[in-house]
Amino acid sequence: MNLWGAIVLRDLRIAYQGGGAMLPLVFFLLVATLFPFAVGPDGPLLARVGGGALWMAALLAALLPVDRLIAPDAESGVLDQYAVRGLSDEGIATAKIAAHWLGFGPPLMIAAFPAAALLKLDGDVLTRLELGLAIGTPALAALGVMTSALTLGLRGAGALAGLVMLPLAVPLLIFGAGALGQDGMGALKLLAATALALIAMAPFAAGAAMQAGRD
Amino acid sequence: MIPARLKFEHVACLRGERLLFEDMNFALGKGEAALLTGPNGAGKSSLMRIACGLLAASAGKIERDGGVAFAGEAAALDARLPLAGALLFWAKLDGVGRSEVVGALDAMGIANLAEVPVRMLSTGQRKRAALARVIAGRAAIWLLDEPGNGLDTAALDRLGTAMTAHRARGGIVMAATHQPLALPGAVEIPLGTVR
Repeated sequence: MNLWGAIVLRDLRIAYQGGGAMLPLVFFLLVATLFPFAVGPDGPLLARVGGGALWMAALLAALLPVDRLIAPDAESGVLDQYAVRGLSDEGIATAKIAAHWLGFGPPLMIAAFPAAALLKLDGDVLTRLELGLAIGTPALAALGVMTSALTLGLRGAGALAGLVMLPLAVPLLIFGAGALGQDGMGALKLLAATALALIAMAPFAAGAAMQAGRD
Repeated sequence: MIPARLKFEHVACLRGERLLFEDMNFALGKGEAALLTGPNGAGKSSLMRIACGLLAASAGKIERDGGVAFAGEAAALDARLPLAGALLFWAKLDGVGRSEVVGALDAMGIANLAEVPVRMLSTGQRKRAALARVIAGRAAIWLLDEPGNGLDTAALDRLGTAMTAHRARGGIVMAATHQPLALPGAVEIPLGTVR
């Protein structure tokens, strides 16, 4: 367990040292700032569409660091060294998902507070947004790592990553934004179910991709 | 030291459409060494990766007893960390501590670089660092792909000393190389004979 902890900590440290962890956060806040400029200073309208806009921003923010999640480790031989030590690819993928989520999930949830203020979301909607993000961001992290592994070693992996990841994230977006309404409990449960399925699938898909990448 | 053994039985390697080698048989026990030689593209690195378990053999069986330490082309050290810190991460994964890392840095003659970030190191220094990772790890089987590349004579001597000490402890060394290495009594495995 100690061992996996060391791997998670290493990935977290690299994310923060490289400044990569700040990128999604800044992007998220930037969207929240720009959106009112585009829609106009209409309070009720912003409050109605703001929650959905924040979900969109969260989704795209999760996409930003995808090209740096696994590729650097594959190039520098770190993945080979893990494999030589008998660590499973699925385990490595799980550790990477945990580290990626820790690096971007909680900060995003904190950034949602000022973002909600910028978009005039009321307390109820903010609570449901935070709840949805708490459930949805681990799934976004899992999708990010999976996409990163699938596009490993491909030219223009960054652009391709969007095409691979975004369709899979559509259910998260639908249920996440759906949960913002007054009767959002059902959507929240579906969001949780989708997130569970994605989190359960991602380590295996990523592990298989990493294994195939070694050949 | 734990029992060390590395055995290849009728191993073949097919890369793409090319058969690199087939019916490869050898067995290495306590304190023994093997030297892979052959022209570029003969399959030395592929055989190394098969021995590590990184690549599946197309046919045949590989038996390994004891932990494996691999030094390949890439150093696998975090560029931003000081050298000692980068090595300490792998030491933690190998279940050894700071004293082993310090000892290994000493053995490769780079103790003075312990606090220097890895990205500042020269090619040769980085190679020394990768070998220090192998030495610190205390694994029974050392698989070294071109360990002498980029090393100066002093470093080659240090590598020779470290390999001798490792074999004296009962460890196995297998190295792929183009240059002479100090591995007395090593089995030579020539590659590149299959057409």
